[in-house]
Amino acid sequence: MKKWNLIVDVAKCHNSNNCFLSVADEYMGNEHPGYATAMPKHGHHWINILRSERGQAPMVDVTYVPTMCNHCDDAPCMAAAENDAITKRDDGIVIIDPEKAKGQKQIVDACPYGAIWWNEEKEVPQAWIFDAHLLDRGWKEPRCVQACPTGALKSVKIEDSEMQKRVADEELQELHPEHGTKPRVYYKNLDLFTKCFIGGSVIADLNGVEECIEKAIVLLSKDGHKVAETWSDAFGEFKIDGLDAESGEYEIEVSHPDHPSKFVNVILGESSYVGTIKLD
Amino acid sequence: MKLILSLILFALPWMLRFKAWFHKEFRERLKEKNFTVQMKIADDSTGRSFTFKDSKISSASGIHASPDVTISFKTESLAVKLLLPPRDYQAQIDAIKNFNLMAMGPDELVTWFSETVMMSQTVGWKYGTPVDNGEIRYSNHTNGGPVHVYVKDGKIIRITPIDFQDDDGDTWTIKARGREFSPPRKTTLSPHGLASKSLVYSKDRNLYPMKRVDFDPNGDRNCQNRGISGYERISWDEALDIVASEIKRVNRQYGPGAILAARSSHHTWGNIGYYISAYQKFINIIGATTTMLNPDSWEGWYWGAMHHYGHSMRNGATEIYGQVEDCLQEAEMIVFWSSDPEVTNGVYGSFEGTIRRQWEKELGIEMVHIDPYFNETAAFLGGKWIAPRPTTSPALAHAITHVWIAEDLYDKDYVEKRTTGFDKWSAYIMGKDDDGVAKTPEWAEAETGVPARETRALARKWASKKTYLSAGGMGTTFGGACRTATGAQWARSMICLMAMQGLGKPGINFGGLQLGAPVDYNFYFPGYAEGGFNGDSMNSANGVSLYQRMPHLISMNPTQQTIPRLKMPEAIMEGKAEGYPIDIRSIEGQFFPVHYPSPGHSPVKIMYKYGSSYISTQPDSNRYVKMYQTDDLEFVVSQSIWFEGEVKFADVILPACTNFERWDIGEWSNPGGYGYDWVGQLNHRVIGMQHKCIEPLGESKSDYQIFKELCMRMGHAAYFTEGHREIDWVKRMFDASDLPKHISWKKFRTKGYFVVPAEKEKLRSPVAYKWFADGVKKNVPEPHPLPGSYGEDFLDGLQTQSGKIEFESQSLKRFGQDPERPPLNKYIPSWEGIHSTELFEKFPLQLISPHSRYSFHTKGDGKDSAINDIKDHRVNIDGYFYWLVRISVSDAKARGIEENDLVKLYNERGAVICAANITERLLPGIIHCRQASAVYDPVGRPGYSADRGGCVNVLTPKRTQSLKTHSAAYNSCLIEIEKWDGSTGDEQFAAATADTTLVPAE
Repeated sequence: MKKWNLIVDVAKCHNSNNCFLSVADEYMGNEHPGYATAMPKHGHHWINILRSERGQAPMVDVTYVPTMCNHCDDAPCMAAAENDAITKRDDGIVIIDPEKAKGQKQIVDACPYGAIWWNEEKEVPQAWIFDAHLLDRGWKEPRCVQACPTGALKSVKIEDSEMQKRVADEELQELHPEHGTKPRVYYKNLDLFTKCFIGGSVIADLNGVEECIEKAIVLLSKDGHKVAETWSDAFGEFKIDGLDAESGEYEIEVSHPDHPSKFVNVILGESSYVGTIKLD
Repeated sequence: MKLILSLILFALPWMLRFKAWFHKEFRERLKEKNFTVQMKIADDSTGRSFTFKDSKISSASGIHASPDVTISFKTESLAVKLLLPPRDYQAQIDAIKNFNLMAMGPDELVTWFSETVMMSQTVGWKYGTPVDNGEIRYSNHTNGGPVHVYVKDGKIIRITPIDFQDDDGDTWTIKARGREFSPPRKTTLSPHGLASKSLVYSKDRNLYPMKRVDFDPNGDRNCQNRGISGYERISWDEALDIVASEIKRVNRQYGPGAILAARSSHHTWGNIGYYISAYQKFINIIGATTTMLNPDSWEGWYWGAMHHYGHSMRNGATEIYGQVEDCLQEAEMIVFWSSDPEVTNGVYGSFEGTIRRQWEKELGIEMVHIDPYFNETAAFLGGKWIAPRPTTSPALAHAITHVWIAEDLYDKDYVEKRTTGFDKWSAYIMGKDDDGVAKTPEWAEAETGVPARETRALARKWASKKTYLSAGGMGTTFGGACRTATGAQWARSMICLMAMQGLGKPGINFGGLQLGAPVDYNFYFPGYAEGGFNGDSMNSANGVSLYQRMPHLISMNPTQQTIPRLKMPEAIMEGKAEGYPIDIRSIEGQFFPVHYPSPGHSPVKIMYKYGSSYISTQPDSNRYVKMYQTDDLEFVVSQSIWFEGEVKFADVILPACTNFERWDIGEWSNPGGYGYDWVGQLNHRVIGMQHKCIEPLGESKSDYQIFKELCMRMGHAAYFTEGHREIDWVKRMFDASDLPKHISWKKFRTKGYFVVPAEKEKLRSPVAYKWFADGVKKNVPEPHPLPGSYGEDFLDGLQTQSGKIEFESQSLKRFGQDPERPPLNKYIPSWEGIHSTELFEKFPLQLISPHSRYSFHTKGDGKDSAINDIKDHRVNIDGYFYWLVRISVSDAKARGIEENDLVKLYNERGAVICAANITERLLPGIIHCRQASAVYDPVGRPGYSADRGGCVNVLTPKRTQSLKTHSAAYNSCLIEIEKWDGSTGDEQFAAATADTTLVPAE
């Protein structure tokens, strides 16, 4: 049985918000009987883009993470729902029946991802339904995928075994594996959102003029063990990524054939640009 | 011949009756009027009359005693020629112009009769494609891309981009570095296009004609209450009668020039309904003072760059051919300088360039981003971020030049053969002229804040790699840096830099993969600047191609008076203003001063406002508020789709409908001469039928219809419409283009769009400037400069006096009247900035206000649209959607400001309330707040209190970049920020009314 999955490549999302807008367009003012009642004009982000800035000027990066109903195979919302208000379709899509779910605010609270929204006026919990009403009419992909200008969103309808192979091959991640809900939405390059970097700029005075030092070897160690090694670019900049937040003290050793090595210690909270490291 | 004519005239009523039998719509039409029309030969030798009465048509041979309308042909052969299908419009226009074809009678009946005959040809046509679920799929165009529109029971269900079908035109492939690149077979769509449905059904739609409650055209006008008083609903007849009678009144009372036609720079898409079409013909008909636009997007390129390398017909922008392929194949680095194409989307180009920049990233082409803000393109693509202080980019460019000269890192052969004036330029840069200051990276650091070592590193890297310079959002023009006091200097420096690295050699060019895709540039479809049906060959490109292909009546504005837009408040309130024009025929066109009032013309007395807001898009915009509230403007009518921005300053509001509620036709991203061949930023050229998807909401009408009904009150309707309805013009525009060679009208109007097949690989346009670098004749397909602009042989060299890139501009040297634009591009610090000592102490923050990302100027913002809920657009705080301001961490901390705090941005010109977004994407001292809020919502008295709608342009300076230009300098702006205490009182904005004209720095 082929089932729907969504793959979100965080590195490709540039916050166009076309996914959010296509959901707004599809569900605001439209009733889709059997699937969803209309979304309120304001306040609902069935697709909700998270923003994270890392580092400090002038070394920063920005990551956007579209989040939405994960269509979990072990959906906590289904467990919390009364009256069979939430169903899991054979194709993997989770649907909240707007009639049966009326008044059941506990469904909103049950979602550990915060992906279910409470419609105050109609007193129903609502979430992104993977555009199931359109897929059932023969559409090839949900509208957020069609409207995404960067290819950050991909929908795939394949066997679960095949999907698990892709998860392994492409190193896909769950947004919150700790929830253990077997989500059908997978993320690529999620480290840009969850991990930290240490960066800096290597400089030196050459002939009395301050210059960027290219190709300095930068060694990052923790507790005497090498964590990573890189080298500085033409602007003297280096960046070591994939570190855990709040992971304590690191030592940076900068070495270059023309200069004595330099050591800098940094205690990593969030991503850190250590500034200039001047070689003698 | 006489027999044939008699037969045609005999058959005409039968044809109409026949249509009425089959089509209810046509039966209804025939019920509208009772009258008699006589068709005849001028000498009464042949004739037949037709009487329309209670939906029946009777007909009689001969000459009627008292017809209401008479249509006469000079000869029988002419009558036969014009009446027999297919219609020969060239012959018809020719006959009208020479008075061989005459229509006499009441304007209303003549127009009705002609439209009815036209309708008989189109009634029963089917449009759109039925899909499932009872929905019909139509097509349309937005400013941000073509769309499919799904409609059910007269209501729009959804609006989507277009996925191409197998039989749509094919797609190009670029081979580069062992790979093949081909874009997806679909269109992309900008956020403001995708949010269209929420705008169509916005609660802020103007649905009925309105009149300000305390405006009495025959009594007290209470002009001082504009922006304050409310409105009452009136009928269309009353509204149009007021407008028509005011037009007539001021013409009689004051003479030519008394009406000001004031429009915005953009409109809803479509060649028929666009402002250069219907609006411009109407303005020509009523004879009005026009608003002289500044080259708002180009600014520094027009006033500066042009003087070094020409391109006046591109407003100083670069050539735009072949760069996508060349860049992907050859370039090793791209420097994005004041260039954020992921936000500006090529104006109309949606996200078409995005995939190419993703390819660029995949290929490992290095990137540098020079921008005071770590912009979205930088965040998306990565690469080195260099953040000069606003207005100081020319100093950075000079320092790069210094490194190149000092370290011998430039293309000497190219400089020698393709440029002039380098010795003088080199002397200035190296401090070997009168100036005596070497423009070293250290010298620049004091201005820019960019570490000298990084400038050196950039300069060396640039010179060692084949580098594309993506200057401005288009990569080939525009950019926030061109809209500062140093805007011309910056754009000039872009040309001078590329001249030293061999512009046009493989991999060395302008562009950020936004323009210059290998589409078919030879397929003809008119762009909007060709004027639709306006017939105006003086103030649009109508005469270049469209007029010959779609013969129609000419039009011309008899009133030559014009008001420089940036000086409009001064013109109205002080009675005089001076500016400089956009005259693209030559480099020197911009040197002619324009004075208001014009000799022998009346000052402006009434204003016909069309489209979106000056408040929020024009600098120092509290001036416009005060302008609206003076008695000097006796009447203001606003024709607008939404009740937004400054519409609330009108006396009468005429509700226009959106492009989804009228017929039109257009091509994606084809503005004609405004951006010649800008279709080259698309992956596929898409020409679309713009279906009337739904009926106009409320009592709103199309602009065309509103103008027609006003014209009817002055007897101009038959001239305005030529007896055509909008759908008739759509069909004629289709016929005038190359479309009929590829797709039938029937298929086009049902399917709704056509994809122009990609250009064959061997026929692709040559790469821009390659001809110039190679020293051969110009070979890119742009029809400029004018032949007379070549100094020697046709197509030989650039438009400059020397035909080369001039480091010392000969045109500025000849002009010699602008101390702020010397022939050598010397660094002159911004007249508002870190050197404005006294002001800088009071207002220590430099504000940049780039274009909004999700809205298109004011389109899509406010109005209850879905865009308001985008978290990086507005923030909902206690039920009010506030505009976002971005503040550096340290500036926020110093002022006790936290995320989402409401803050007041202020200076001596005004104050704005925004929601704070605290960010690491800015260095301290710099504030980022996008411009063009559609909401003007003063907390107290309009013009004298803080605006909480987010119109950041109440803060920006009115001074032109240099005094001999008509240019805006939005990004030369000093402000202070504090937490907003919620006060709603009026404030004293000292400079808002005072003369802030400063002495030019020199």
